[in-house]
Amino acid sequence: MREEKTRRGAAPQGLPEGAAAQLDRLIHERTRLGIVSALAVNPSLTFNELKPLLRVTDGNLSVHARKLEDAGYILCNKSFAGRHPKTEYRLTALGRRALERYLNHMEALIRATREG
Amino acid sequence: MALDDHARDNLRFIRETMERAGSFTAVPGWGGVAIGITAIGAAMIASLQTSSFDWFATWIIEAAVAVSIAVWTTTSKARHSGTSLLSGPGRRFVYSLAPPLFVGALLTLLLARTESVSVIAGVWLLLYGTGVVTGGAFSIRVVPLMGLCFMVLGTVALFSPASWGDALLAAGFGGLHIIFGAVIARNYGG
Repeated sequence: MREEKTRRGAAPQGLPEGAAAQLDRLIHERTRLGIVSALAVNPSLTFNELKPLLRVTDGNLSVHARKLEDAGYILCNKSFAGRHPKTEYRLTALGRRALERYLNHMEALIRATREG
Repeated sequence: MALDDHARDNLRFIRETMERAGSFTAVPGWGGVAIGITAIGAAMIASLQTSSFDWFATWIIEAAVAVSIAVWTTTSKARHSGTSLLSGPGRRFVYSLAPPLFVGALLTLLLARTESVSVIAGVWLLLYGTGVVTGGAFSIRVVPLMGLCFMVLGTVALFSPASWGDALLAAGFGGLHIIFGAVIARNYGG
């Protein structure tokens, strides 16, 4: 995606040093950012709750959730509700800190542009 | 798009996602069931009262009990999910519910003199329903639907005999809270 490519480059002029470089690419992606944001305001959400909430396909959601899980940002718990498999996600402390960092980062970007 | 526009757009996306996801937590389902059970008990006690003062006292105590349950279950749900009670959908729900409840209390003071139980029941059901419809407009769809059911019962109460008052209050504050509370608890996480 175009957006991702521009982020990969050097920090744009007028920004705090390394602002763009420090960007947490893991939760910058829209679906992953959505997963982390939704889990930040819920103790846990199931796969079937997240899917309509984020308006994504099964495949998309599981791939992105897997990436967050690998990074230790979310926990995944698979169980059975009757006959149906139930996948439940929760945010870890690490994931919550990552979201806070990302929010601060976005605010810093806006502030920097306003002052610059 | 400039970089700060991107940042603003990202913040907006996070906020909107949180608010949409937060509607799961805004209304506590099991709290609704508990309030419904106490309301049915209150309706049975109220229907046995011979003086209108005791009748009012019963329902005012029930209102206090219901508010306590609502505050307790909502705060514990918010605490578990790590959100502030007064952020996003929760705050809007309280803001939408408060004005009609205030009007309801005010009208009750006036209507208490006429002692028409069904009119008072109708006013309570209608105004509570109005608050839930407007507050629930930001929430999951079953919430405004519950408000509409309250308004229907309230309308029936206004044009029905006084003896129906307690039964309609039991159907509304009892039955509707239990039914919708159970639906919310089952489908929207507690």
